[in-house]
Amino acid sequence: MNLLFVVLIPLMGAGLTAWISRFGRLWSAWMAGLVALAALGCLSPSVLAAFGGETLIQRWPWIPELGLELAFRLDGLGLAFTAMVLGIGLLVILYARYYLSERDDMGRFYAFLLLFMGSMLGVVLAENLILLLIFWEMTSLSSFLLISYWRHEEEARNGARMALAVTGFGGLAMLGGFLLLGEMVGSYDLSQILQAGDQVRADPLYTPMLVLILLGAFTKSAQFPFHFWLPHAMAAPTPVSAYLHSATLVKAGIFVLARLFPVLSGTIEWNWLVVGTGLTTLLVGAWFALFQHDLKGLLAYSTISHLGLITLLFGLGTPLAAVAGIFHVLNHATFKASLFMAAGIIDHECGTRDMRRVNGLWRYMPYTATLAMVAAASMAGVPLFNGFLSKEMFFTETASFLAEHPMGWLLTVAVAFAGIMAVAYSLRFSHDVFFNGEPVNLPRKPHEPPFWMKAPVEILVAICLVVGILPALTVAPLLQVAAASLLQEPPPSYDLAIWHGFGLPVVMSGVALIGGLVVYAERRPLFEIADQLKGRLDARAVFDHLLARLYTFARAVTGVLDRGSLQRLILLLLLSAIGLGLAGAIGSGSPLTGERPRMPIDGVTLFIALALALVSGATLLLHRLRLTALIVMGAIGLMVSLLFVKFSAPDLALTQLTVEVVTVVLLLLALYFLPARSPAESPLWRRLRDLGLALAAGGGAGALAWSILTRDYDPISDYFLANSVPGGGGHNVVNVILVDFRGFDTLGEISVLALAGLGIYAMLFKLHLPGPMHNPLGRPWNWDRHPDIMAALARLLLPLALLVSVFIFLRGHNQPGGGFIAGLVTAAALIMQYLTNGVAWTHRRVSSNMHPLIAAGLLVATGTGLASLVLGYPFLTSTFTHVHWPVVGDFELASAMIFDLGVYLVVVGSTLLILVHLGLMHSASHTPAIEAMRGTAWKS
Amino acid sequence: MEVLMSAMIGVLTSIGIYLILRARTFPLVIGLTLLSYAVNLFLFASGRLGVGQPAIVSDSSMGYADPLPQALVLTAIVISFAMTAFVIMLSLKAYAELGTDQVDGRQDEGDAS
Repeated sequence: MNLLFVVLIPLMGAGLTAWISRFGRLWSAWMAGLVALAALGCLSPSVLAAFGGETLIQRWPWIPELGLELAFRLDGLGLAFTAMVLGIGLLVILYARYYLSERDDMGRFYAFLLLFMGSMLGVVLAENLILLLIFWEMTSLSSFLLISYWRHEEEARNGARMALAVTGFGGLAMLGGFLLLGEMVGSYDLSQILQAGDQVRADPLYTPMLVLILLGAFTKSAQFPFHFWLPHAMAAPTPVSAYLHSATLVKAGIFVLARLFPVLSGTIEWNWLVVGTGLTTLLVGAWFALFQHDLKGLLAYSTISHLGLITLLFGLGTPLAAVAGIFHVLNHATFKASLFMAAGIIDHECGTRDMRRVNGLWRYMPYTATLAMVAAASMAGVPLFNGFLSKEMFFTETASFLAEHPMGWLLTVAVAFAGIMAVAYSLRFSHDVFFNGEPVNLPRKPHEPPFWMKAPVEILVAICLVVGILPALTVAPLLQVAAASLLQEPPPSYDLAIWHGFGLPVVMSGVALIGGLVVYAERRPLFEIADQLKGRLDARAVFDHLLARLYTFARAVTGVLDRGSLQRLILLLLLSAIGLGLAGAIGSGSPLTGERPRMPIDGVTLFIALALALVSGATLLLHRLRLTALIVMGAIGLMVSLLFVKFSAPDLALTQLTVEVVTVVLLLLALYFLPARSPAESPLWRRLRDLGLALAAGGGAGALAWSILTRDYDPISDYFLANSVPGGGGHNVVNVILVDFRGFDTLGEISVLALAGLGIYAMLFKLHLPGPMHNPLGRPWNWDRHPDIMAALARLLLPLALLVSVFIFLRGHNQPGGGFIAGLVTAAALIMQYLTNGVAWTHRRVSSNMHPLIAAGLLVATGTGLASLVLGYPFLTSTFTHVHWPVVGDFELASAMIFDLGVYLVVVGSTLLILVHLGLMHSASHTPAIEAMRGTAWKS
Repeated sequence: MEVLMSAMIGVLTSIGIYLILRARTFPLVIGLTLLSYAVNLFLFASGRLGVGQPAIVSDSSMGYADPLPQALVLTAIVISFAMTAFVIMLSLKAYAELGTDQVDGRQDEGDAS
């Protein structure tokens, strides 16, 4: 259970941290620290078991059909990474508390940081590959948020976008790779995949799968040629760089290499791809690191170089190389995080990170300088620091290549060169910043930072030293279990001692140290070469170029389809629909007419059809006279409801009838503001073309309807018919489907209705439209009051209409009716009051604020569903009982009726909301006009 | 009977489509309304036609019309009302803001291609 919570606590804590910052900015720092500690505490019960070499697996089904399980795994490898994520995470939380300035929103920072922490823990603890990928993408997203934390800076936004684009692309590739891998093995569980190495390597799809997974890993771990996003990500606050861009996020790709090492490695493809990429990255990073003037830029390129080193180690494919790789992951995390923190302190104290200006800081902050130089020495691989140990192992592994391969000396030389450059840039970091003259024109006078800002650096540097001097007593057990779970077998014996005796590795270390000194001393000519090369080897330019091409392409496609004309878009849509329909109809080869026996035509239907054709034709011919067309259209609605009556759908007929009334009233109200006529502006050819299209589409729809109507089918409704009475307690199956069987759909539908109402409310808010003063013929508007007889009649009818709606509502479960229809009847009855008695009169009696009604309806409907959940049944389970009411008789009372009440309330509320606000616009638009015409007399 | 039903669906579709190809907002809304009639009838027709067989369970009934398309169409009618309302309000808003009821908000008269 606890592994799930290790991941969930930071994710949940993120929200809490953001919220709590409203009580004071430091609260969020405390909260973030507590959350990280809680996650650590949650992990602690399992630590010993993992140290003992056990593999803990905890799983809960999530979407088992997709092979997706909430499955977590803690073994040595996971433990090493978890320790890094949580340990360095805690230090970074402490550091950031002092790093962030008053202007920065601390709550947001810590919330994003915890979001990342949870995602990263998910990556390293996932047992299921799909789950791993989900967390992988979450790290990309939270990294985006963290890089763009200073969102007012363009550099930060661009850097974040670039990182997201590159790692997002890699994530997609990785998804493809994981799917292939999962299909090969038949499971997405790591436990099973790790046992299936031979099977996977023999699979014909091994190479594409490998390439896809490597793309994911390489983009994340900033391997050449995807390395360029990392230097641009340095626009992030320095705690983020220390955490994500040295210790954790960029190690996620390495982690996947390590995790899948037993499955994927051991082939020639693996060796070439991974060694080639790692070596190139190692060299490119090491070369460019020396020539950065930005302190963080130097560290970023050096990180790229070290990531290349680790990748290269895994690429070699030998067990010892893998052990060296995982060891260097741990060492790099400690010294690089402390270096980033030191760079942040320098930035914080000096106001700049430019190494051409930041010089001679030894005099101002000797303590910080000592810490930074120790970490830099570890980065260079100086003996007695932890970086030396893993680098020595690295040299040993590459040197053993020398004997085995004829071209092995190339690797040795390249690696030695990278070692020389590493010493040179580490020297530059130490010498340029802390010595080398005086500071140049700094914005502020530097001094030592507050104690607690240095504390995380001290801890990390102490680890560098202790591990470097006493490796066997400190890191050895962790390394041993990590290596064992990485390799899925006990690792071969290796020696963590500082002195291994004289051999090639020692020579290489010596060469690197002395060569580095020489290169740094003679750096001037190299800088000139680097300046000349600068413009040519810019991967960012390639990226920007590709992005620009993508935009141009997208614009071209959009430009062809969308020229800002709705008519053109509809035309294209219709043409493609007709084309596809034709292709399908011709391609299917089945006859248009089916076997189902046809019903004879009767007089009533014929009459309805003729009337429908007549009124439709009239609508078409009269459509430019808008008012007339609207009234004729109302008649179409009536014909449609007659059709529903005829063909055994009484509920539909009732609904159509009431909706028709409301729709026509609505369109009439709207028409008041719009021009009364459409101008005759389409040329004849265009009308003919549209007519042709319309006939083709209509013919297609008719033919489709014909071929459906003449075919037999096997409905799924028998279940509803059979279970409506025994299961739903209602005889009207349509209503039982709506409120019971498919209640969840109905809940969605009334939500849409409510949203449409609210959307309209928002659109009409503060909208001013002048109403016309006369009709198109020039006749002035009639300002008479509402006709008295009609007003009086409507008032008399209201209680009756409401009674009808109650009746329709109550009987809905067993007879035609229900919440939808009753709601529409109520709405129509109230709208009649508005029409006949005026808005002012009605508003004195009915509130115009419909929002509470809609909200109540949605709450009632959702509440019915939740009530069944509380009682231990699935959402929206219904129950019913029979009660005997005096006078009425036996009566079925179903809980679904409460749901139907919610439907009723939403329908009434939304319909009235829409119409009443349009009506209010009316009175607003013509009241001033009336007053102008009649003076004040009207008011009395 | 089936041929009449298909013809009615076809006629409503045709006229609806002709109207949504017009250049002004109001005919467009009328056209959408006609199209929604056609779609609703079409969905309804997928339950096949039956006379005198409402889906109301009783002992004397000889058979039932398919209730599922009916339930779907019932909500579709209400939703299409909401959508019609939304579109007409949108056209009012556009008219108020742009001063024209041309569908692309263009001030000059007439169609666009």
